[in-house]
Amino acid sequence: MANKTLNLVLHIWRQKNRGAAGELVEYRLDVSPDCSFLEMLDLLNEDLIRKGQEPVAFDYDCREGICGTCGVVVNGVPHGPVKGATTCQVHMRNFRDGEHIYIEPFRAKGFPVIKDLVVDRSAFDRIIQSGGYVSCNTGGAPDGNAVPISHVTAEAAMDAAACIGCGACVAACKNASAMLFVSAKVTQLAMLPQGQPERAARAKDMVEQHDRELFGGCTNQYECEAVCPKEISVKHIAALNREYVKSTLAGTK
Amino acid sequence: MSINLDAKVPAGPLRDKWTKTKASMKLVNPANKRKYSVIVVGSGLAGASAAATLAELGYQVMCFCYQDSPRRAHSIAAQGGINAAKNYQNDGDSVWRLFYDTIKGGDFRARESNVYRLAECSQAIIDQCVAQGVPFAREYGGQLANRSFGGAQVSRTFYCRGMTGQQLLLGAYQALSRQIHSGAVKMFPQTEMLDLVVVDGRAAGIVTRNLVTGYVESFSADAVLLCTGGYSNAFFLSTNAAGCNVTATYRAFKRGALFANPCYTQIHPTCIPVAGDHQFKLTLMSESLRNDGRVWVPKKPNDTREPASIPDSERDYYLERKYPSFGNLAPRDVSSRAAKEVCDEGRGVGPGGRGVFLDFADAIKRLGADKVREKYGNLFDIYFQITGEDAYTRPMRIYPAPHYTMGGLWVDYNLMSTVPGLFVLGEANFSDHGANRLGASALMQGLADGYFVIPYTLGAYFADAGGRKVPTDHAEFKKCMAEVTEGTNRLLGIKGKKTPIEFHREVGKLLWENCGMARDKKGLEETIQKFPAIREEFWKNVSVPGSGADFNKALEQAGRVADFIEFGELMCRDALARDESCGGHFRTEHQYPDGEAKRNDEQFMYAAAWEYGGPGKTPTMHKEPLVYEEVKPAVRSYK
Ligand SMILES: Cc1cc2nc3c(=O)[nH]c(=O)nc-3n(C[C@H](O)[C@H](O)[C@H](O)COP(=O)(O)OP(=O)(O)OC[C@H]3O[C@@H](n4cnc5c(N)ncnc54)[C@H](O)[C@@H]3O)c2cc1C
Ligand code: FES
Repeated sequence: MANKTLNLVLHIWRQKNRGAAGELVEYRLDVSPDCSFLEMLDLLNEDLIRKGQEPVAFDYDCREGICGTCGVVVNGVPHGPVKGATTCQVHMRNFRDGEHIYIEPFRAKGFPVIKDLVVDRSAFDRIIQSGGYVSCNTGGAPDGNAVPISHVTAEAAMDAAACIGCGACVAACKNASAMLFVSAKVTQLAMLPQGQPERAARAKDMVEQHDRELFGGCTNQYECEAVCPKEISVKHIAALNREYVKSTLAGTK
Repeated sequence: MSINLDAKVPAGPLRDKWTKTKASMKLVNPANKRKYSVIVVGSGLAGASAAATLAELGYQVMCFCYQDSPRRAHSIAAQGGINAAKNYQNDGDSVWRLFYDTIKGGDFRARESNVYRLAECSQAIIDQCVAQGVPFAREYGGQLANRSFGGAQVSRTFYCRGMTGQQLLLGAYQALSRQIHSGAVKMFPQTEMLDLVVVDGRAAGIVTRNLVTGYVESFSADAVLLCTGGYSNAFFLSTNAAGCNVTATYRAFKRGALFANPCYTQIHPTCIPVAGDHQFKLTLMSESLRNDGRVWVPKKPNDTREPASIPDSERDYYLERKYPSFGNLAPRDVSSRAAKEVCDEGRGVGPGGRGVFLDFADAIKRLGADKVREKYGNLFDIYFQITGEDAYTRPMRIYPAPHYTMGGLWVDYNLMSTVPGLFVLGEANFSDHGANRLGASALMQGLADGYFVIPYTLGAYFADAGGRKVPTDHAEFKKCMAEVTEGTNRLLGIKGKKTPIEFHREVGKLLWENCGMARDKKGLEETIQKFPAIREEFWKNVSVPGSGADFNKALEQAGRVADFIEFGELMCRDALARDESCGGHFRTEHQYPDGEAKRNDEQFMYAAAWEYGGPGKTPTMHKEPLVYEEVKPAVRSYK
């Protein structure tokens, strides 16, 4: 464990609200390398609050990489320098003493800024609402072992299901496409027997909702996979494309 | 106020109570359901499952959460698994055994009838989740896989790698999303409940603040369901998400709902130890790790050698030594106290000597590193990110941390609080886990309450009480709204010198030291004396910059901390009044010579339900005697 403190120069995006213009503001801070990235922002905020100044707005909840609430762009990379990690899982030992760190919100037309580093990701909820589920009411489900699912299928479905809905894929993509997010849910359910009855309609409805939310199309840049904290593979996008084509050919709902 | 602590436990043998209740309940006919509206506060396992299921039945539902999406509720963070008495392993499991393990795990301080119903509902939960597309782990033949958890000798825990809570919550969230899409549920994310409105003694609605715009608003309905989770964050450092709070339940308490057993808190044995003052939260390493990890400390105090160079003969595998039949899978309260004990003896490891080893060397030898990676890979990754250490080559360091709260608003068999029309589900109620919760049973309880209990009991309430909706222009709604607005303005107006977090840390430390893993009369009395001064300083010296009409985290925090300060005092009062040890509540005055908790069934076989006394006044305790009809409470032994 390193004990030396790091002297950092932070350049943080400050924006009062959705309509306001924003700018990068510089702050200087000394922190322990054992601090997490968000704890560094906490320390900065504690200082600002003590001085009666408005703290930097950023969002978080679980702080262990699973709720998908946190997420900022660090030196141009959504979630920062650690592969397969959310912002809250990045620790300051990944930065150098004296480093300048640029901290900005996830930017996309589909993710308007609410304040400083906080963006509105409600579009993701609306995409799931458009069809990202199996329509089964509570009660009357058959025994869990009634339909066997192979270990391999269950594991593959779990790989897709691991998406935390953070939106890093969108922030990384030059088209601001959310196809990785959409594909993870569509393929998870397409792999499982329970997802079959609504399979075609689901792909079609979710892709259409994606487009309505002002996310761009996928042009195979693969930036999304590179920043995904759960390392969801772009092969799901290829699978989604097949699902979508099939669903439009079938033309059914 | 006259208090009626009637638990409404149905008559008859334990195994028939729920079946008979369901069969004889009054029903609301399908066409009439849409005339009733329900407010569900919370979108975790309890809230999302209840909101979705009630909407499917035809009720009009409004659902609230403080996160920006219902999918982010704290249930998402549960790692290890969910119990169900499926007996797929043919290892002797049954509804009775799950019930008995849970009652015993809770040290005979839970209500028998509720726990039995929980075990009964467990089977259908798994079926429901599979039908939703939850990708549970499967064996090669395609059958559902199980693992073992603490406090049980059968393998009944279903799991999705180390992300079981996430997958179960996404299942419920997707069911909820379907109902939002159909218009049956109106969802209000980033909306915090700040008050309960009670009209003519009944829950009439809530007052909320929109966390983005600051807009204060009220909502009325025929019933209110609180599914707002637990209060471990009273300790400041805990494994809970940052936003977890006691505000919803505490403010309901102030409006007349009784709060039961606030001192019953669970300290989880396997968390990453505290590394320094910069920390804002602690991270859990799932208990499932104890299936394969072996817990030990050096036999000698102050042994700072590298773990690998300490020979086996100089290691103390203290859980295996003290509890040979449960070994590393001893229940949480027992394991946590054992860790504290060895650290108190100076045998702890890591910075500050507050840690014990959880060693996978034997498992890696037996199963191979790949198998271990497949089972626990993501947990090892989390450990590495936080500590910079590789648990494949060096044992993990772990230490207990606040994790779960068994206490909560008092509810009867139907999950209704002492305020008619106010129901409480999931971790927010007190009903099923007594003085200690077994692993993998909180997810089970949240989903049992939401999918399978409330749809019945709420219908019966409506059928009985009829619609009671009061318009939001009623004077009581206006009064509550004005009070919420005034509270917000007051916090913004203080302009003091200390941050809300500084107050939170201070109270948390006080509780951790005096109302944590070990408690005693003197410490508790002294702590109770300290609260008025902290409260006073808070209201004079807290700094909340910015405006109320805006996204303002400091303001959110300040409101929650204010409640934690008042609530911490209630926890201590309850811990002081319970002059016995049981489960997670360990009074050092009451222990056996070998250090085990010593219950006192003669005097304390009751749930303590506290009634708010007014600002600055002492609360009053009411007792619900715990009547065991079929189980014979015994000394809990895991030896
Ligand atoms: C790290 C961790 C791991 C765990 N692992 C397991 C496990 O493996 N197995 C197991 O059985 N249990 C586990 N638990 C316990 C279990 O996760 C929780 O007890 C359970 O998920 C609680 O569910 P809930 O629905 O009651 O509340 P939560 O999931 O906490 O949901 C609370 C909801 O209420 C909302 N809310 C709260 N306050 C307000 C307010 N004032 N206004 C509006 N909305 C509000 C929140 O937004 C949220 O939607 C774990 C817990 C932790 C901390
Ligand atoms: S805060 Fe939950 S993923 Fe980072």
